[in-house]
Amino acid sequence: MQTYDLDASGLRGLNAALHAQAKDTNQTTWEIVNPKGSHAVAVGLDAPIEVTVKGSTGYYTAGMNKQATVNVQGSAGPGVAENMMSGTVIIEGDASQYAGATGHGGLLVIKGNASSRCGISMKGIDIVVHGNVGHMSAFMAQSGNLVVCGDAGDALGDSIYEARLFVRGSVKSLGADCVEKEMRPEHLELLRDLLERAGADAKPEEFKRYGSARQLYNFKVDNAY
Amino acid sequence: MCGIVGLFLKDRALEPHLGALLTDMLITMTDRGPDSAGIAIYRADAESRSKLTIQAEDGDTAFTGLGDKIAAALGGSVTLSRNDTHAVLHVPAGQAEEARRKMRDIAPDVRVMSFGDTLEIYKEVGLPKDVAARFNIPSMSGTHGIGHTRMATESAVTTMGAHPFNTGSDQCLVHNGSLSNHNSLRRKLQREGIHIETMNDTEVGAAYLTWKMQNGATLGEALEASLDDLDGFFNFVVGTKDGFGVVRDPIACKPAVMAETDQFVAFGSEYRALVNLPGIDDAKVWEPEPATVYFWSHEETPKPNKKAA
Repeated sequence: MQTYDLDASGLRGLNAALHAQAKDTNQTTWEIVNPKGSHAVAVGLDAPIEVTVKGSTGYYTAGMNKQATVNVQGSAGPGVAENMMSGTVIIEGDASQYAGATGHGGLLVIKGNASSRCGISMKGIDIVVHGNVGHMSAFMAQSGNLVVCGDAGDALGDSIYEARLFVRGSVKSLGADCVEKEMRPEHLELLRDLLERAGADAKPEEFKRYGSARQLYNFKVDNAY
Repeated sequence: MCGIVGLFLKDRALEPHLGALLTDMLITMTDRGPDSAGIAIYRADAESRSKLTIQAEDGDTAFTGLGDKIAAALGGSVTLSRNDTHAVLHVPAGQAEEARRKMRDIAPDVRVMSFGDTLEIYKEVGLPKDVAARFNIPSMSGTHGIGHTRMATESAVTTMGAHPFNTGSDQCLVHNGSLSNHNSLRRKLQREGIHIETMNDTEVGAAYLTWKMQNGATLGEALEASLDDLDGFFNFVVGTKDGFGVVRDPIACKPAVMAETDQFVAFGSEYRALVNLPGIDDAKVWEPEPATVYFWSHEETPKPNKKAA
């Protein structure tokens, strides 16, 4: 295992070392100590490596991730796993605003709560939040799945396209054009797989599904100001 | 961007280190705003004294003999302790506001940064490390304090455009964000007779709170009302004589993190600002909710999530 002291050796060195890992690298396990809320920790990875961050991080942790598994043993600041393409990002604590924003693929697991705008403009990523999400989550979500084991804040799924939203607890309010939808067998199966992969102790039957009413797809004069 | 920090001590053993802890937190936030910096620190020097923090471009001239003139006007003893471009005027207890009024006639060129019983505000153009060093903030003890480092958006980079802003006796405000209706609100407040000195948006926010409180609102009510009347982005941290309060606008795009232990409650724009506080690894860390007013006070057992009265 490679151990990297972020406080002593700096961010550029860390990300350069992680970027240098090839597909068949032998250095598959990395541990980052003393993150101290640093920004841009383990961003732009593109190798099947496992990175564990021992502590809390700042902005844009594990952004643009491909292939790698990044585990933050603390909380993450704004924009964690932003624009993730593939791989897995696991946050043991809470995540700040816009977690998983614009993500194209991969799995983001937040074991605590996520704040506002979780999954904003998501484009295929799967996000599983063990706790609650804040207001405007899944705003303009295009595809992928957002699973919330706790409660959702105001305006969930505002202006949503085709992403699927699953919430176990209460939804404070739904955003424009977001509606509750029927939970069909294929959704239960999808949800069971996501919950299992995210290590979430919840039953698919306890969730409700929300999605697009598809009323904003075409211009309607009633929607104009 | 701007960076905000706040530290409220529960453990009196930390009080001698307040200035050093706050300075360290603020320096960590330097890259959120390098234009100007300021710190408000609450410390009681003597039971029977109130105080003003004043500032002048040319302290050699402006501060000379000023204490005696204020003493004569107030009819009590006044001492002046200079600290670089600032000075603290100690006046008889309860006469800080009166002294502030007299200052306008006696020394119109001297700016009053703060007035009250325990509050002192130090702010200047420059990096947090330089501003803290020129006033020797790290050596200051106190019960609680707030700090700000500014990236200017709405007005010029000047001493008077720096935060914190004094909003009333022993009250001050720092702001991260930008208010978009400050011009119309400034005109409205000026018609109401509120004195506003600069084109700065936060000064209007501070003046708004002052005006609300002059009309009978508590600080908590004034902050609640700000959610309706102020347009734009804001995280406010307000200092009060016995604690501090936090409020975020309903959209809450400006970052905010809080941490609490048995020893302190701390606020930072980012978690980075909090990492060197004692016992932070075991602290409860969370983000304050949007459109919710929080207060911590020395007067009673502080509780997170305690809403304004």
